[in-house]
Amino acid sequence: MALADIQHDYLALTRRRRIYGGLLVVIFVAMMVSGFRVADARNAGGFWQGLHQVGDFPAALVSEAFEKSANLPGHMIRALPALVETLNIALVATLLGCIAGTALSLAATRGLARWPRLVPVARRVSDVCRAIPEIVIALVLIFILGGGPVPAVIAIAIHTAGAMGKLFSEVNENVDLKPVEGLASVGATWSQRIWLGVFPQVAPNYLSYGLLRLEVNIRASAILGFVGAGGIGYELRNAMTFGQGKFDQAAAIFLLLFATIVVVDQISGLVRNRLTHGAPA
Amino acid sequence: MLDIRDATRIFGRKAAVDHVSFRIDGPAFVGIIGRSGAGKSTLLRMMNGLTPATSGRILVEGRDVASLTGAAARQWQSQCAMIFQQFNLVPRMDVVSNVLHGILNRRGTLQTVLNLWPRADIVRALEILDRLGIAEQAPKRAEALSGGQQQRVAIARALMQDPRIILADEPIASLDPMNAQIVMDTLRRINVEDGRMVIANLHTLDTARRYCDRVIGMRDGRVVFDGLPSQLTTGVARDIYGADADFNESATSTAIPTDTSADVEYAARMLA
Repeated sequence: MALADIQHDYLALTRRRRIYGGLLVVIFVAMMVSGFRVADARNAGGFWQGLHQVGDFPAALVSEAFEKSANLPGHMIRALPALVETLNIALVATLLGCIAGTALSLAATRGLARWPRLVPVARRVSDVCRAIPEIVIALVLIFILGGGPVPAVIAIAIHTAGAMGKLFSEVNENVDLKPVEGLASVGATWSQRIWLGVFPQVAPNYLSYGLLRLEVNIRASAILGFVGAGGIGYELRNAMTFGQGKFDQAAAIFLLLFATIVVVDQISGLVRNRLTHGAPA
Repeated sequence: MLDIRDATRIFGRKAAVDHVSFRIDGPAFVGIIGRSGAGKSTLLRMMNGLTPATSGRILVEGRDVASLTGAAARQWQSQCAMIFQQFNLVPRMDVVSNVLHGILNRRGTLQTVLNLWPRADIVRALEILDRLGIAEQAPKRAEALSGGQQQRVAIARALMQDPRIILADEPIASLDPMNAQIVMDTLRRINVEDGRMVIANLHTLDTARRYCDRVIGMRDGRVVFDGLPSQLTTGVARDIYGADADFNESATSTAIPTDTSADVEYAARMLA
């Protein structure tokens, strides 16, 4: 093919791509605008009428907390036991969920699964675990088992298992199969191949997803407190109701939650660095 | 044109490049040889600015490019093309787009995101690809090409930059002998026809002898040889590579010798 033909073809290809790209942008913008208009029309209050009030609650919270800032340390200390309960719920649920998620992910990864025919089954199981909102599971379990941390742990662990089953299996799919093949060539069993050939490769990714999940679960376990699963969420619900003059308490709880997330993030960064780059010499 | 004075790069407590000084006047084809870890790659990366120099100066027509930062440093990089051992193309983009990346320094972010390139530049990219004999691959994804073709795309990206200096870091180390020859011939052609300076890290002495006007030998971050390819005797090579009398460059050479009796004899000795 002569250069002139190649140039002609490539420039035509470029034009086609630009037209398709432009059309996609137009369709995207049109859908966003029409979707927003539908949502705004169905909104009880109306987006534009309510927009100027969005800042009211944070402003009231901040100003009240500022006035009574002397009370904040005391509120924080009083809320600590509840925070510990919330953290414990999140930790146990993350641990159980990650263990179950690892098993699910191994069963759901093509090329690694022990029983390849059950791959779709494992995937659907983790889909179901993710599909049911944890607050629904928690409410059902609170109804059966009574209020307290155990229903919250089970509800969060089920959701975590589903989420980790999916994330971990994506990590597993990107694994380098050469070590696994090397181990298979010496006659290693399936579990030996996974333990020695796969886990060392995926461990840093598993850990960082697990730690991110811990942060998500701290928030989830705080929310479950709203429906009677104990922990700091219960305190927060009582404090943040309008017109009770307890916004200083609410602010103290928000600050505690924020500090907790920061601490978890810092610790997880340290742990991850240590795992991927080795201990400092 | 290029004047390197006491260029030094320290990693931790070890000097990867240790007070290297040399001058290159005019568009020469210079080969840098030395064993792994001798500092060859670091030296090239310092010239381009990928690795900042710890101390020393790299003067190009009187301007110290090692001290540039920010936009000025990127401007310099656009004039000093780099070719890598592993090609370093964007694998999922087509060949022409990869070549067009050579002019990114004068394109805005939005234009890049929308993948809008001037027609004149697209035409020029295709002409460069045609010159290197791979115009037919233009609409394919870079990852679909063979190693030798990918390296020629990388050279096309370098030419798109219209650079004064082309730095090639082990350009043929991952290629088979035939593709290696095509790539080296291409680099030499660019050097002679366009008058662009080429500095290449090489790991085979016969390549250095065949293509270079001048050879610089490095060992432990220092320049230990600087001369003509014809001065590159076995004794000098032993010095550069820090090898003892066992060293025999033809042992792993890919050149086809007329006399293979030495190989046969070596094989017989190993099998005895």
